[in-house]
Amino acid sequence: MRKPDNINRKIILGRIYETQQLSAAVVFLVPVLIAVVMLFIIPVLQVVGYSFTSFNMNTGKGSWVGLSNFKYLIEDELFWKSLRNTVCFAGLKLVFDTLLALVIALMLDTRLPLRKYLRSSFFAPVVVPMVASSLIWIWFFDPGVGPFNQILNFLGLPSLQWLYSEKTSLASILLFSIWKGVGYNVMLFLTGLQNIPDSYLEAAKVDGATSWQSLIHIKLPLLRPIMNFVVMIGIINTFKVFAEINVMTPKGGPLYSTALAVNYIYEQAFTRGKMGRGCAAAICLFIIIFILTQIQARMNASKTVDYD
Amino acid sequence: MKKIKSLKKINWAAFIILMIGSLAMIFPFAWMILSSFKTVADVYTYPPKWIPSSWKLDNYAKVFDMIPFGRYYLNSIYTSLMQTLLQLALSICGAYAIVFLDFPGRRKLVTLIRSTMFVPMVVTLVPLYLIVSKLKGVDTYAGIILPQVFSAFTIFLLVSFFTSIPKDLCDSAKLDGCGCYRILWNVVLPNAKASISTAALFAFLGHWKSYTWPLIITNKDKYRTLPIGMKYLVQESSSEYQVMMAAAVMAIVPVLIVFVLFEKQLVKSITLTGMKS
Repeated sequence: MRKPDNINRKIILGRIYETQQLSAAVVFLVPVLIAVVMLFIIPVLQVVGYSFTSFNMNTGKGSWVGLSNFKYLIEDELFWKSLRNTVCFAGLKLVFDTLLALVIALMLDTRLPLRKYLRSSFFAPVVVPMVASSLIWIWFFDPGVGPFNQILNFLGLPSLQWLYSEKTSLASILLFSIWKGVGYNVMLFLTGLQNIPDSYLEAAKVDGATSWQSLIHIKLPLLRPIMNFVVMIGIINTFKVFAEINVMTPKGGPLYSTALAVNYIYEQAFTRGKMGRGCAAAICLFIIIFILTQIQARMNASKTVDYD
Repeated sequence: MKKIKSLKKINWAAFIILMIGSLAMIFPFAWMILSSFKTVADVYTYPPKWIPSSWKLDNYAKVFDMIPFGRYYLNSIYTSLMQTLLQLALSICGAYAIVFLDFPGRRKLVTLIRSTMFVPMVVTLVPLYLIVSKLKGVDTYAGIILPQVFSAFTIFLLVSFFTSIPKDLCDSAKLDGCGCYRILWNVVLPNAKASISTAALFAFLGHWKSYTWPLIITNKDKYRTLPIGMKYLVQESSSEYQVMMAAAVMAIVPVLIVFVLFEKQLVKSITLTGMKS
């Protein structure tokens, strides 16, 4: 027999809800919704609106200019250069960050002396503030008194100009960026590896699988969901890289060689005050990120395995 | 009969490779600390010295002469703390509603919150700046803090913590006549105390290094945070590397200490957000 209770209920769209829970939900969700509306929905709508205007930060005025901001971007060599730099930087960073992290995590997942120390040392740069660690690396890259050239010379190799040459500037920042970020992925992969039940690997061993075979047929397929996450977050994060570039090469480096999309947006909108144009560039960047994450999600939707 | 080998063999090859790798990871920190004591002469002699010739704190004093470092530091502590507190309050509200309350549109809300993860701040930077400047928020603490209080990551991190609280606890509290607010205050929060402090730590470290937003929203020294102040130190100090290192030590070492003390919790929060998506 169902006990009678004194809880008030309400029916909304054919489902029964408790009124007390409904009123609590309103109280809890109003601040969250205000934040989402103020910080995401309104700004996203506005960024689209501003991109069709000539809004200027210094005058505070702007008028409807149709597509001319986008036309400007298409014709602007620097915009294309910043996009090429971004794709190049993001692509290389994704590949290195993922593969390197995977290899490190696989090695950390074996029996090692000092294992805890090793793990921490790869993770430490992740938590450290970006700007402060950039300062260290600015010195490393100094062509005159930097330790990197000293090491190169010691090995009998020629000095490099690092941040001060068009050819090596972006690669230098990439090197810093990998040092700074690889540990994040290492942690994710390592946890994934440790979640693989030992029985799977033992069973494979009994069946005569080599460690290479168990890597290819057991570990990698089971790491797939984490791999998806790593790549997804990697795309979003590498396309918004800004701080290290802005600190290490404030003016976009030699011949604009380190300027990424975000630097271009920042320069247009806040240095030159052309906010309409900055918004147009921001939309282009957002569309690129959106398309890439969608492709990535589609590609992986069908491939995920579940051995349970 | 042969004894079953319960322990795997030590992987010496991996050990040596990882050891070299970890030295490379640690090297910048060692260089930073050693170099923060160097004199100008130490920096510019050739071949450069690795070990400073004396252990004086001159460079540290010089940081405070060159830029209002103390002010930046306090600004950073204040804004990061406030952001963390507000972010937690907001995220606890959101996560509690998502996990424990039944209301129409629950799934849609989760999708909405998740989709904000795909809109990096750089996309909304210009409109946000204009909104905040219209509300007279440029060069104010509120202007720095409020736009950074929402984080889908923190909400989902708390969601995953809250879902691990046994539902029975809440049900029996409900039978005892507890309302939603008392369940949150007397059952959920005490049970998630450790997890919430983990989330707080994670959020604080994130805010401590936040750069882009404070950069555009502050023009006056009075409101600049540490990362922005350090960017200007690079320009002011014109390659006085030893002074830059002293500033870096002061910004990094507290974080490294927190990291050593709470590494387990930090790793947990990173992996939890990773696993649940």
